[in-house]
Amino acid sequence: MNRAGFMTWLKDHFQRLSDDLLSGLPAGEDVVLNLEAEDSLFLRFNANRVRQNTEVEQIVLSLRLQKDGRSTQISRTLSGRFERDRDLGLALLREAREEIRALPADPHLVPLKNHGTSNAEFPGQLPEAAALVESVAATAAGSDLAGIFASGAVVSANRNSRGQNHWFASESFSLDYSLYDGRKAAKGLHAGPRWSEVEWKSNLDRTREQLLVLRRPVVAVKPGRYRSYLAPAAVSEILFTLSWGALSASAWKQGQSPFRKFADGEKTFSPKLHLRENFGLGLAPAFNGFGEVAPTVVNLIEGGERRELLTSSRSAKEFGLSSNAAGDGEAPRSPEILPGRLEEKNALKELGTGLYLSNLHYLNWSDPASARLTGMTRYACCWVENGEIVGPIKDLRFDESLYDAFGPKLIDLTTHAEIDPDVMTYGARQLGGRRVPGMLIDDWTFTL
Amino acid sequence: MKNSSEIAEKWLQGARQSADWVGVRFIREKTSSRTVRNDLPERNQSFIDEGAMVEVMADGHLGYAATADLSAEGLQRAFERALRTTRAAARHKAFAFSPAVRPKAAGHYRSPRRLPLDQASLAEITDVLTAATAAMKISGRIVNRSANAMLVSTESRFLSSNGSDVRQDFDMVLLNIMATAVDGRETQTRSSGGLNSLGNQIGAEIFNRDDFRRDGERLGREAEELLRADNCPEERTDVIIMPDQMMLQIHESIGHPLELDRILGDERNYAGWSFVKPEDFGNLRYGSALMNVTFDPGRHGQLASYAFDDSGHAATREFLIKDGLLLRGLGSLESQERAGLPGVANFRSSSWNRAPIDRMANINLEPGAFTLEEMIASVEKGVLMTSNRSWSIDDERNKFQFGCEHARLIEDGRLTKTLKNPNYRGLTVDFWNRLTAVGSADLVGTYGTAYCGKGEPNQAIRVGHASPPCLFRGVEIFGGAS
Ligand SMILES: [Zn+2]
Repeated sequence: MNRAGFMTWLKDHFQRLSDDLLSGLPAGEDVVLNLEAEDSLFLRFNANRVRQNTEVEQIVLSLRLQKDGRSTQISRTLSGRFERDRDLGLALLREAREEIRALPADPHLVPLKNHGTSNAEFPGQLPEAAALVESVAATAAGSDLAGIFASGAVVSANRNSRGQNHWFASESFSLDYSLYDGRKAAKGLHAGPRWSEVEWKSNLDRTREQLLVLRRPVVAVKPGRYRSYLAPAAVSEILFTLSWGALSASAWKQGQSPFRKFADGEKTFSPKLHLRENFGLGLAPAFNGFGEVAPTVVNLIEGGERRELLTSSRSAKEFGLSSNAAGDGEAPRSPEILPGRLEEKNALKELGTGLYLSNLHYLNWSDPASARLTGMTRYACCWVENGEIVGPIKDLRFDESLYDAFGPKLIDLTTHAEIDPDVMTYGARQLGGRRVPGMLIDDWTFTL
Repeated sequence: MKNSSEIAEKWLQGARQSADWVGVRFIREKTSSRTVRNDLPERNQSFIDEGAMVEVMADGHLGYAATADLSAEGLQRAFERALRTTRAAARHKAFAFSPAVRPKAAGHYRSPRRLPLDQASLAEITDVLTAATAAMKISGRIVNRSANAMLVSTESRFLSSNGSDVRQDFDMVLLNIMATAVDGRETQTRSSGGLNSLGNQIGAEIFNRDDFRRDGERLGREAEELLRADNCPEERTDVIIMPDQMMLQIHESIGHPLELDRILGDERNYAGWSFVKPEDFGNLRYGSALMNVTFDPGRHGQLASYAFDDSGHAATREFLIKDGLLLRGLGSLESQERAGLPGVANFRSSSWNRAPIDRMANINLEPGAFTLEEMIASVEKGVLMTSNRSWSIDDERNKFQFGCEHARLIEDGRLTKTLKNPNYRGLTVDFWNRLTAVGSADLVGTYGTAYCGKGEPNQAIRVGHASPPCLFRGVEIFGGAS
């Protein structure tokens, strides 16, 4: 596909295709269609050289049929050629009808409705692949850079047989990288809708400066409890782990939530902690796979107290709750932690003596009943004394309950919050991201 | 698939004129996920993933473009796109590869199976899964009962300008069956084989109603039992690890650190680097003399059994670690050229839309001579841990911490009470050198996961791990909050 025309062409392709699929349905059948598509360039770098270049054009159509109190969903990749794709779409419909006949009734099924129409397009400015290779590599010459440049259009669209029609398309790039000095590394991320070599250079210079600090001798830090400053990227990593059931109504009801005691009202967090979904960030569409549109803001934790849990209409029906149009997995799609009162420039001074943690790695719940989380420090993590960086540490393992770390141990959050765009590319480039401040936490527990 | 490879054969004749080497890999994969929860259909989803990856070599550099338009024009457009970017990227290439990284390959592989996977009807599968969830309901304390089966059928074909023609067809089933019990403030989950760990190449014969019912009943009982169990103590003690946790231990602390692309730094910005250095091969005493680890894609019916990797390299069984000594890394032909080290046939992609990278396949711990009774009898005080539920390790694969669903206390050579929330932590090489007994061949459990994540762009791939139970001396263990 020609990169420049992808979003316009696809919109027309999808509208025609879905018109054909939705128009001929007999009474009693309802269909919801989802389209996920991308036209992407991936450049993988090691030692500031291209290890692999991959371009991917893919369009996935999902068809969900609801009939006789039963439902099934079948998806497939499309070719981009209209006649072929219409045949493929009709074949999905036939197969879905067969499956419906084999299934028992589903009492928690939510009938489809028209959830309205929306249209959001965020065009970007992205140079040709060949020019980008030069631009990234030449600017970083002399650095040992490893990472991934990803760019192109990402589309998410939804229509149903009740007339709803949503379209979300954006063009963007992300350069997720790290710089190395021997085994020591600093992490950088440069992302946006328009590529600018000047901005790339200044982003790179900031990361180079961080790497310079790591040249100081390594400070040996033993396992123990340390006052710690978590930079926004480290907080973002923790926020991401809350996607695995912590804020989900169905996970709570099914005994799978690591925040069960919080959801039950038995535990609270610090009054300084405010967590919400905010689709106003414009990072992800507010409609879910059913085309239901979430409120712009959904308060999840307010002043450390429980507000809403993310609740899909299906969970709402099963458990007698009210839906906030959460997605199928009831994971946050555009979460933010609200800033606090700590000026970022005073972060080291307020930390005093302890650990500055730029990034965390490989987090997992180690005791879900007590919301205890384990994980590793990574990249530019340093020992700080009297507000001054002494030197980098060897990576440490933490193991700590969030009821403590985000509870009485939470000293403050920074006044500045950063957007951390989602750069995951499992299966396809993802939309979305998180907005997070830094956090100062007392007596954070390190075990290994 | 047949139609498109005929088109491709013709198209290749033309394309080969413009590049040093051209290859195309077709994938058609159907994944059906069937979930029953509390005896009701919860979710039924299928995905037909069909497309082609066109690969070109120009100036010693390999580049890729993926398309789902399998017409001759679609392939040609992908080819031109790949060639244009690959030529530009070749000016900044990481390495100048020789043509030997794409050997000529011809052959066919098919998963072992007694019944084709599509012979299991949706009605039958739903019935079998419902039998499992119904059997879990041993009391009102079992609040959630779920059973999921993921059926995967893959057809792949690889053609290249130097005459490769490889067909590989796979049938796989992955199961996730679990019961959650709640009593007051206590919640415990028991699953079959641990989280996302039960997977093999197999056909429709796996859907045996009695097996599912028995498994469901056991999981319900064990979840209930955990509600009343004591917390795992915090101490340094002997640990017997059962195969459904050995799988994770092998995966995280042997498989990943031995990947040559990690050692070469490709993964530094995502999955991470490795504590293993090139000079460690042939020299590092990775574990005790009882430790024998193989790369074994030829083993019958494991999740990552195959005959060729995605570069066309024929797959053979190799010892990675023999009698505790590190011998060989998980490196494809490309990594072998770059590192000057021996490797294996492990250049694998997650689908048609990703380039191959160094991956695990089946990474297995070879059996020893001990019965489980002998291992238990040799422990004065310790614990036996089963089924993974939590995992975390640093980016050089050294400092790990793992948690299991279920444990039993061992006192004076006998299994005594059940323990909940068992966890252990350690350092990779120190830990494997504590290996004191390895179970015999009849105790080997075969597990696999579809979610090994790695690569930029990211790829989740299927891997298999077979292991007997093993005994480790003097491991740091601990429990949960009481
Ligand atoms: Zn993995």
